[in-house]
Amino acid sequence: MAIVLKKSHRWRVLCVHAVLLAFIALTVFPFLMILSISLRPGNFAGGHLIPEHISFEHWKLALGMSYLDADGHLVKPPFPVLQWIWNSLKVAFISATVALLLSITSAYAFARMRFRGRDTMLQSLLLLQMFPSVLALVAIYALFDRIGEVVPWLGLNSHWSLALAYTGGVAQHIWLIKGYYDSVPRDLEEAAAVDGATPFQAFIHVLLPMALPILVVVFVLAFLGGMIEYPVASVLMHDEDKLTLAIGSRLFLFNQRYLWGDFAATAILAGLPLTLLFLVTQRWLVSGLTSGAVKG
Amino acid sequence: MALLVLGALALLAGLALVGVLYAAHQRMAAALALALLCGAVLIYASPRFYAWRYVVPGALAALVFIVLPMAYTLAIAFTNYSSAHLLPFERATAVLMGRTISSGAGLDFRLLGGDGGTHRLAFADEEGKQFLSAPFALGEAQRVAVAPAAAETTPDALPLREVIALQPALQKLTAALPDGTELRMSSLRRFVASRPAYVQNTDGTLTDASDGTRLSADFDTGYWQRPEGTPVEPGFRTTVGWQNYVRIFTDHRFLEPFARVFGWTVSFAALNTLFTFTIGVVLAVALNWDALRYRNFYRVMLFLPYAVPAFISIPVFRGLFNENLGEINLILDQLFGIRPGWFSDATLARGMVLVVNTWLGYPYMMILSMGLIKAIPGELYEASALAGAGPFTNFFRITLPLIARPIAPLLIASFAANFNNLTLIALLTAGAPDYLDTQVPVGATDLLASYTYRIAFQDSGQNYALACAISSIVFLIVATLAVVNLRAFKVGQEAAR
Repeated sequence: MAIVLKKSHRWRVLCVHAVLLAFIALTVFPFLMILSISLRPGNFAGGHLIPEHISFEHWKLALGMSYLDADGHLVKPPFPVLQWIWNSLKVAFISATVALLLSITSAYAFARMRFRGRDTMLQSLLLLQMFPSVLALVAIYALFDRIGEVVPWLGLNSHWSLALAYTGGVAQHIWLIKGYYDSVPRDLEEAAAVDGATPFQAFIHVLLPMALPILVVVFVLAFLGGMIEYPVASVLMHDEDKLTLAIGSRLFLFNQRYLWGDFAATAILAGLPLTLLFLVTQRWLVSGLTSGAVKG
Repeated sequence: MALLVLGALALLAGLALVGVLYAAHQRMAAALALALLCGAVLIYASPRFYAWRYVVPGALAALVFIVLPMAYTLAIAFTNYSSAHLLPFERATAVLMGRTISSGAGLDFRLLGGDGGTHRLAFADEEGKQFLSAPFALGEAQRVAVAPAAAETTPDALPLREVIALQPALQKLTAALPDGTELRMSSLRRFVASRPAYVQNTDGTLTDASDGTRLSADFDTGYWQRPEGTPVEPGFRTTVGWQNYVRIFTDHRFLEPFARVFGWTVSFAALNTLFTFTIGVVLAVALNWDALRYRNFYRVMLFLPYAVPAFISIPVFRGLFNENLGEINLILDQLFGIRPGWFSDATLARGMVLVVNTWLGYPYMMILSMGLIKAIPGELYEASALAGAGPFTNFFRITLPLIARPIAPLLIASFAANFNNLTLIALLTAGAPDYLDTQVPVGATDLLASYTYRIAFQDSGQNYALACAISSIVFLIVATLAVVNLRAFKVGQEAAR
């Protein structure tokens, strides 16, 4: 790009490297700190970034194991962390599956068919996905409270209700999937139609297999969304053994009972896989936001 | 064929649901479900609505999971739904009708074991008169008649331990004396005479059995009221019109906190969008510079804060910033001898909230800007290099103007998202520090979303209706932003063509 290399050029490169490294050091500091805390004995701050004594007590507790402390007391895990992780996985899996199933056919109709009200509906979906569920928390709570009076397993404090409440992401999913369908050439489906396939058969046997990548991405995004959601879960769930990880991890840090080290170990245990999963899928999310997916 | 079977099964399941709802006395819900079912049959049977067969699942989901909660929020905003008015009218009335008053007169009782798991009740009054019931099975609510009996015919009374175990079943009993007095269990040793506290009159009013006053339901206040106006708990849900909105905008107890929170919410969202975008775009320019090596490493490292789930990174900061135990104050104390009150000083708390959220949000802006900057033709920079322009000129005269349009809708979306960033506030400060001069609990870092959350779920009053009224005002703001966003988006699209 630069045609004429000035003498100051090398200095500039070095400067940018230094600034970037300093910035990265600053942003990564909390992560290093939390790693260090999780390996330190005790639940109090203090000590160096590199712990003097490595102790795996917090990790044992996070993994649901008890341990003997220095005085010979048996320390039991303060919270059922593994149960919470399982709850989160369950809820996120159900909601992602339901949301995906509900979105794929709609996206197909929006991408391939012409019908009255199509553009209006697409625009409405785009507008609707701007409204966060946070604003309707009271209504969500009251609705599930009422449903629970008739159908207890779908009321407050049930994982099914939470999974259904998370399905509100469909508006966004429909847009993402439609964007991908749009980019798939119609020729193959038309060829299938010539061979006598109904639109439904063409959709199931021709388009869907080709759209598998976006289905995986939308599923993973919906899944991650369910794993990390906080407000709705905090309103709907009460019992300690039914909490999801996102709301359970809050219980570690009360001023009266400040389990800093245990929280650190839990945070790494739960956060690492989610972070890696997100790093892998973020490309599609971002490219969907800036191009392709959101074409009117 | 398989689809036909599946459709028939779904139809049957739907009909069953209608039946269940109807049986549960949810007539409205049953009618709604039936109407939906009819609509579904029409759409899936008629070729005219072919496209709708595909659209319906997603559209219905959007209606049920997005539009319905929004509409319900608006509806609740016009009621008095709160912890003092939790029950619907019929249930609140039923609670009153279920209350009993006792005249104080009572008899000691003993529980006797009978044959085949049956029991008998024995009563004795102060004068030593004895009453005995026929053997009966405990369990259901029932009326047990007792008759006078000879003294000391019943030596085999069950010990207290078993009476305690049977207490729930005993409490369902009504014992009837020969003179018609009805007795109910009042303690482990005693049954007392009791009667309903309220009697319903034909005109719908209630008569208080203890003093004969008439209670009438007041649908403006949501209470059963005595003639002089004293309300009787529990209150019931009723429609109160615009009362909640009137309170928010005219009652200074609510207007003042609302204005403060609104001001902070707008500045928080605006400042945060500004900070994240500034940092993000500068980093993006650096990362798009060909002369720089290891750019992939930098990109992943800089993206990291966004990839870590917020429910983990926000509490991490909560811990690090902790005033007494946190590492940040530990370091500041060692270096400068200061321990700032991150959670007790309003300005510091707001600063901390902004810092944490900027840390969380800049990678998103960075990634977006990188994609947009990549799309700028390289010739522009070559031309400007020939003209002797420096990096600053390039940035302000080429890069920024060219990405402004496509990024505008994303900035508006970011503003809207941060406007409602309940997760951040709930997990980081929970609104702290609280204002001391307001009557509703509200803090310096509360956003509108967390303010409504506190009103609905944490404040002891649990005022759902008021929370919904505030939420619906936020709906208006978000709707405006959404429409503006759509416009900006279309402008960006046309510019891109």
